[in-house]
Amino acid sequence: MQLTNRKKVIEQKPMTFAERIYFPAIIKGLRITLRHFFKKIPTIKYPEEIRPYSKNFRGQHSLKRDEEGRERCTACGLCALSCPAEAITMTAAERKKGEEHLYREEKYASVYEINMLRCIFCGLCEEACPKEAIYLDGPHVTADYLRKDFIYGKDKLVEPTFDITKLKS
Amino acid sequence: MEWSFVIEKLILVFIIFVVTLVIAMYSTLAERKIAGFMQDRYGPDRAGIFGILQPLCDGGKFFFKEEIIPAGAHKVLFIVGPTIAIITACISSAVIPWGQELQIGDRIISLQVADVNVGILYMFGVIALGVYGIMLGGWASNNKFSLMGAIRAASQSISYEIAMGLSIIALLMVTQSLSLKEIVAQQSGFVNWNIWAQPLGFIIFMVCAFAECNRVPFDLPECETELVGGYHTEYSSMKLGLYMFSEYINMFVSSALMASLYFGGYNFPFMNDLGWSANLITIVGVIVFFVKIFLFIFFFMWVRWTLPRFRYDQLMNLGWKMLIPLAIANIVLTGLFTLIKDTYFS
Repeated sequence: MQLTNRKKVIEQKPMTFAERIYFPAIIKGLRITLRHFFKKIPTIKYPEEIRPYSKNFRGQHSLKRDEEGRERCTACGLCALSCPAEAITMTAAERKKGEEHLYREEKYASVYEINMLRCIFCGLCEEACPKEAIYLDGPHVTADYLRKDFIYGKDKLVEPTFDITKLKS
Repeated sequence: MEWSFVIEKLILVFIIFVVTLVIAMYSTLAERKIAGFMQDRYGPDRAGIFGILQPLCDGGKFFFKEEIIPAGAHKVLFIVGPTIAIITACISSAVIPWGQELQIGDRIISLQVADVNVGILYMFGVIALGVYGIMLGGWASNNKFSLMGAIRAASQSISYEIAMGLSIIALLMVTQSLSLKEIVAQQSGFVNWNIWAQPLGFIIFMVCAFAECNRVPFDLPECETELVGGYHTEYSSMKLGLYMFSEYINMFVSSALMASLYFGGYNFPFMNDLGWSANLITIVGVIVFFVKIFLFIFFFMWVRWTLPRFRYDQLMNLGWKMLIPLAIANIVLTGLFTLIKDTYFS
């Protein structure tokens, strides 16, 4: 009894002469591979050639300086508070006399560490920062051998100083 | 026999030896590059520009790898195997005419190491010997996969040598000579190439050449999916390198053989109408010959990255039930045509 009409009887036909001598099929295959031989190769040769990044790509953090080259961070701790991965730790210190050219606010972060293994690059720290001191505008965080080397301190995070008067455009 | 003659031949042998090895080396790179391009990727391109140093790196790596001789292996034959493979591969190029005569001063130098008057037979003998390298190596490894590979290699090469020999007989009926030098010299110009007289014979010969070189689709002796690595499963270090090298040298030599038997060797169209000097024609001829060889090598690789492997019974079917009858039919047809031509058109 037929239950459904989905049954399909597949009949295996004997090969025709053209199929039996293989050559038409081989030539067809050779044409396909030759076409691929001249195709454009989609590979991006990575270290020499870098895929274009999105404009809002979030990479390594950088602690910004103001237009006079002073660190903007005032160690308020909002970034650490907002961080869902709890990757940021800092120690605050008071600015001494004669350090006005180094730190913008009266309080600054003497230690500022981000654990790059914990960080999920969500960007909440840059949203939380009231002083516009932290941005995730760097490159990829590179690989390393030891866990301790992933804790980035101020030496790696703070933007290098530059003379703004010599900066063009 | 003068000394200068011996020195001249030794220099020629040396040059051919070096050229063969360099071409075999760069065939490995070309294979990987072509594989890459056919699969929409670049092949190796990190060592030097376009990966040009890759073969050197591979060779160096082969030398520094640990050399392992399995405990159960027959030590002498285990070493003799790859040695035979590489030696037979290297000496088979001795009778191939690489070009016409070169005239330096009043010396006439023939660009062929040995003009054996049964050159084709010599080639066949040496190529048939090559399978002993694989057989000995496979047997001496004391490994069932190696043994299977070796047995396959032996039976495959016996089966396809018959068809190959029969296709050559039809060619010899046309050329009336066994000397490779004479066969190539006969094909001067473009219309005299043997491919026009023996198209079926050429196809049979080419299929058999693929089988003799253990190339895909006939690479059953080393088929990775069934036999781990086939006859060279137990080999490591430079001994494995020698096996691979001999495979590529065989490919080069059989490309040269096909080019000289069917595609006119060093002959190129209009070579005698250009009014060039004999030396220039010889040099251009050598270049043309190598271009033909490279095209054949490319074809070998092109087929490798296109076709899947035959099943073993399909391989035997193709050899015994298709190629041998076709080759015999080809002989009969060639005889018939020669007879008709000689009776009515001479």
